[in-house]
Amino acid sequence: MHLSLDPWIWIAAILMIFIYSFLYKDNPFYKFAEHLVVGVSVGYGIALFYQQQFLPIVYTPLTTDFKNNWHLIVPLVLSTFFLFRFIPKVSWMIRWPIAITLGYGAGIAIPLIIQTSLYEQIRFTMLPLFGTDAGMWLTVVNLLIILGVISCLTYFYFSIKHTGVIGTVSKIGIVFLMVGFGTSFGNTVMARVSLLIGRTSFLMTDWLGLPIIK
Amino acid sequence: MKATLIALLTVFFCAVAGTVYADAPPKLPEKFIAEDFPGDKGEKIRIMWAKSSDDGAGENDVKTYYLFRSTAKDGNYEIVEEFTPLTEDVKVYEDKNLPGNINYYYQLKIVDAQNNISFSEKIGPVAANPEWFNVNRNMILIGMLLYIAIVLVCILLAKRGKDFFVRKIAGLDAVDEAIGRATEMGKPILYVTGLGGLGDIATLASINILGRLAKKIAEYETPLIVPAYDYFVMMVQKEVVKEAYMEAGRPDSYKDDSVFFLSDSQFAYAAAVDGIMVREKPAANFYLGTFFAESLILAETGASTGAIQIAGTDALAQIPFFITACDYTLIGEELYAASAYLSREPLVMGTLKSQDWGKLILMILIIIGIALVSFGIPFDEFFRVIE
Repeated sequence: MHLSLDPWIWIAAILMIFIYSFLYKDNPFYKFAEHLVVGVSVGYGIALFYQQQFLPIVYTPLTTDFKNNWHLIVPLVLSTFFLFRFIPKVSWMIRWPIAITLGYGAGIAIPLIIQTSLYEQIRFTMLPLFGTDAGMWLTVVNLLIILGVISCLTYFYFSIKHTGVIGTVSKIGIVFLMVGFGTSFGNTVMARVSLLIGRTSFLMTDWLGLPIIK
Repeated sequence: MKATLIALLTVFFCAVAGTVYADAPPKLPEKFIAEDFPGDKGEKIRIMWAKSSDDGAGENDVKTYYLFRSTAKDGNYEIVEEFTPLTEDVKVYEDKNLPGNINYYYQLKIVDAQNNISFSEKIGPVAANPEWFNVNRNMILIGMLLYIAIVLVCILLAKRGKDFFVRKIAGLDAVDEAIGRATEMGKPILYVTGLGGLGDIATLASINILGRLAKKIAEYETPLIVPAYDYFVMMVQKEVVKEAYMEAGRPDSYKDDSVFFLSDSQFAYAAAVDGIMVREKPAANFYLGTFFAESLILAETGASTGAIQIAGTDALAQIPFFITACDYTLIGEELYAASAYLSREPLVMGTLKSQDWGKLILMILIIIGIALVSFGIPFDEFFRVIE
């Protein structure tokens, strides 16, 4: 056992134990680590935003080449409207940048979703049920995919009572969904276990200097 | 003797002809075109040429095609790309990452196995101009216009008093129960919209639900806690909650610091929300929006505090964690339907109905597509969007 002499390893290990102490119950050590990480992340975020967003996208273009970048003044002025929330008389003006941001967000997201989630999903569900070279097995697989998509869509159909045939198809949809979620759950748990192993390994080897057990 | 002489002469002339034939420079492509790439933001030029008649046929000795580019017709041409003999009859090449509105000239150089060289004519000028309309995305426009039409019709019908049926959604029926429980216990309600920004549909849906919930919460004067991950989302949340309190006729009960920014770092945010849960002990936790790896951390901590938990997200990888750790989970589109379900307002109900119409059209299209594709008609290609 060779304890690490690197003070940063010690800080990381101690803070990690502070955070893990929450598994027992809330305590002053966890509170300290929690407040530290929130404070550091906010401070770091502001510095990062200033360096990577404000300087290269707004400040530098405006100060070095104003003629070709004067249009940046428009979003800059709009962004200052966010600060109007501190002035009650004009605080309503904050809705302008919010409306623009919301419109922009939806405008970017909706066509992208139509393309990636809708059309691609339709395309890959239009599978042949016969006439393929792969034979019976591929037909069964295709049938399963089609049944899954149609039944899941039926489950998310809200304006009809889920009784009778619709109810049965909808229940098949739930089964498909749950099988999918189960697979996803297993995958993610394995990834989390891998993260835990990584952290435990850090404590055991990097900090405590224990030999690695293979 | 005469016959031998004729034979020798024939061989000689054939050899000479063959040599001349082999030494000829490669033939130039019949077509060599450069054009502005249609429907892009002004950074690409498309160059096309039919392969040389000596490539794969004729002398069949074309070794390399070199594509050159210059900003002046008689200026210095620099190499853009080189190509081995073509497998396709017409080569289509996209010259990318070009600054817009600059004229370019292109020239093709073809080299054969004997290092004979042919230069094409210089073509141009052509510039990579940005276009207002991307023709490659026509299908998306058609889909959107169709959907907008359905939405408008449904809203119109709802406004005229048509009563739309909405099936039971268990998670949303429990909302009143959760608010009531918190009110009776005199404990706050925690509402988390997750890590999404204003570009995430789930976050927008969640903000919408927050408005409906806040109105009910305001009526009962139950404390509300809304920790935000994104500053812009926080601003919208503040406005929505404030308006909900005003609509409920309780503007004085609204506390500006009930909606606050925590951190835009994923696990710092999760740690801080966990801290709020164990210290403030909310009676009801709502996790509605966009979630990632922090979903289980939040839901497990909430479950350990004994709060009633209602979650909803469209993040497929996180739904299983919410299902295991929360009392009710809204799966995917149930989250989008929640706002209509809670408010029953004609406008939102019309939107919900239009979503169902959209789904019905999709199902019909899929069934038609399956039939056509099975008979060898590539109907699925109709939905391919070329970038």
